Amino acid sequence: MACGGSCGNNNDDDLQLFAKQERIYPKRVSGLYRNLKWVAMVICLGIYYGVPFVRWDRGENAPDQAVLIDLERGRAYWFWFEIWPQEVYILTGILILAAIALFFVTSLFGRVWCGYLCFQTVWTDLFVWVERLVQGDRNKRKKLREGPWTFEKIRKLTITHIIWIAIAWCTAGSFILYFNDAPTIVKSFLEFDVSPTILSFVIGLTFSTYLMAGFAREQVCTYMCPYSRFQSAMFDKDTLIIGYDEARGEKRGKHKKGTPWDGRGHCVDCTACVQVCPVGIDIRDGLQMECIACGLCIDACDDIMEKIELPKGLIRYDTERRMEDKAKGIESKINIFRPRTFYYLFVLTVVGGFMLSVLLNRPALDLTVLHDRNPLFIKLSDGQIRNGYELKILNKTHTDNVYRLVYAGLENATLNIKGAGDIRPDNIFVAADSVGHYRFNLSSKIKPHDQRDIIFTLINDVTGNFDTYDSVFISKR
Amino acid sequence: MTNKKSNKKPDIDKITGVETTGHEWDGLKELNNPLPRWWLIVWVVTAIWSLWYFVVYPAFPTLGGATKGTSGYTQAKELAQSQLEIQKRQSAYLSQFEKASFDDIMNDVELYNFAMAGGRAAFKENCTQCHGTGAAGGKDYPNLNDDDWLWGGKVADIHQTLDYGIRVQGSYDTRLSQMPAFGRDKLLTKSQINDVVDYVLELGGKVDLSSLPGHGIFQENCASCHGANGKGLQEFGAPNLTDDIWLYGGEKKDIYETIINSRAGMMPAWNKRLPQNTIRQISLYVHQLGGGEE
Repeated sequence: MACGGSCGNNNDDDLQLFAKQERIYPKRVSGLYRNLKWVAMVICLGIYYGVPFVRWDRGENAPDQAVLIDLERGRAYWFWFEIWPQEVYILTGILILAAIALFFVTSLFGRVWCGYLCFQTVWTDLFVWVERLVQGDRNKRKKLREGPWTFEKIRKLTITHIIWIAIAWCTAGSFILYFNDAPTIVKSFLEFDVSPTILSFVIGLTFSTYLMAGFAREQVCTYMCPYSRFQSAMFDKDTLIIGYDEARGEKRGKHKKGTPWDGRGHCVDCTACVQVCPVGIDIRDGLQMECIACGLCIDACDDIMEKIELPKGLIRYDTERRMEDKAKGIESKINIFRPRTFYYLFVLTVVGGFMLSVLLNRPALDLTVLHDRNPLFIKLSDGQIRNGYELKILNKTHTDNVYRLVYAGLENATLNIKGAGDIRPDNIFVAADSVGHYRFNLSSKIKPHDQRDIIFTLINDVTGNFDTYDSVFISKR
Repeated sequence: MTNKKSNKKPDIDKITGVETTGHEWDGLKELNNPLPRWWLIVWVVTAIWSLWYFVVYPAFPTLGGATKGTSGYTQAKELAQSQLEIQKRQSAYLSQFEKASFDDIMNDVELYNFAMAGGRAAFKENCTQCHGTGAAGGKDYPNLNDDDWLWGGKVADIHQTLDYGIRVQGSYDTRLSQMPAFGRDKLLTKSQINDVVDYVLELGGKVDLSSLPGHGIFQENCASCHGANGKGLQEFGAPNLTDDIWLYGGEKKDIYETIINSRAGMMPAWNKRLPQNTIRQISLYVHQLGGGEE
């Protein structure tokens, strides 16, 4: 680029390290899969934009937003569930669960995630819809783009980009709502009184949404997304894919009404399937990595088949095995019960069950007792040995609680807890939804160079909740 | 050289049809492909960024110091700024802390935690060099965790000791006492010292002390400070000799050495080095370490 065309490189098909993006103008199509896609889009966008505003009463000492990740205070809320940073493994579990669920669905139905639910697909679809609304369908868009810069072109492009940026702005704004109290943030935006941090996040995400859905589009799927690359590992001959019935379609050629079909395939080479494809491939070349399995080519082809009075399904949602069998004249069924689906289902059930039990049995109380390391022990003037401990109490409930600390494994000992005000071993206060830090000492007359294993138990006498922690009492270095 | 090159026809690689740079190594030629566009864009952006940075921030060393930059930014200023913010946050507590008595603080959760946090930090910075990070001390340096106090273990006592130090020269308020060097100054003979060492070692035990040869010597020379029963006296900083806690070692040879040469540890007065609030924080921190007296 730096030397432009002046480098003396006259060769037209010179090797380019970068494939130039072929602009895709997906044509409008209607049919079953398009309708499914509309429905999926409305549901996905509805969830995304709506969920932050769902209220969920958790009582006095917790936010009332149903889904919230409170980074400042280190809490994540999801309807009934709430996790602390210590329980981030639950988040990890959810991600693992999501991955396995994706594998399971993919092995059965192919890339439904890609075609219908992925945010890249949904937002690209939305942006293309805006583009069509302003600039018209495929041919008009192409003509406008390739045509000269007229007032009309500038007007239409400006409107398109303004709407795009507006959508991107809302998208970014919604994302922020998951991390803050939604009504407060919306109000702050309406009053033009937004914190610079939030504003910079919104601007950054607006830009990335605008870039990804407006410009990068299918290139994200083809070049950036790892999922499209490893999908082949989850596919087999019984996975539902978008397939072109080659046996029936070939040899393709133009068709004139009234001419016989003998000696030729049913594909009339109208390229309707290519024109509607949002990733710009020709499905008749077979299954390709770029294909996001949205099924729009099926809608387009069925439309044509109807017009030329041939049975639908030249391009259809089917398994590779059934396609092959049909070519041989065998009618086979879709094979859902395969070892692969059972593996995935099994892992899904195990991980899901484990996660659910972890969440349901999440303790409301967590005790940690750290033995002092410096000094390990202290000799008192009356010959007693004293050990110091750091007490950490996680009160995960939404009420202020009083706990009682007891120990087992040491006789004739005194426990002395340090803290402000009236604090005793049977009166340890920890405020709602917070961590209580205290220091305490345990003194007893034990032999020198000795070590005792002791178990500390923290009890909430009101609820009966308790937690234990194994520690030591020592008089040796 | 340039002329020669420009006259030359571009060397086109036959296989790819791309012009070469003209460099050749053992028959390998380097293709002169254009840079990837994304790379070029990133490069240009970073170049623009660096120019902007050069102008706005201190960037280039000169003989008279680095260029200043139009923003006037320095890390020292940033540090001062953040310290100012911290001081501002602290001042909310400090004004209350200043007025509150030790009793008030010990009954107020917020002030108590403030004192602990500040005291811990100040202790780590100023006291650990002698007393150790865990305040466990060592030979010559008292362990602040135990309940054996030379000059008193109430918060007010600790505060007093911290304020004026121990055996600070030229100070009237400092903790002051001096044990005579009984051996060096020939106040006692060697055998007398031997007897009194044996006597001191038996102080914590259950032996009938009056029958020991050192009894008379101890009562005559030591009891005035350490007490007739050897339990010590905090007014003089005279340690309790009956317990098993020895600042300079509890072995026979250690006690022998102490009586011959005497000991006199010292601690600086902190009221000239630290703000009063910090000293109060340290007092409370040391008090809660475990040995603090009520």
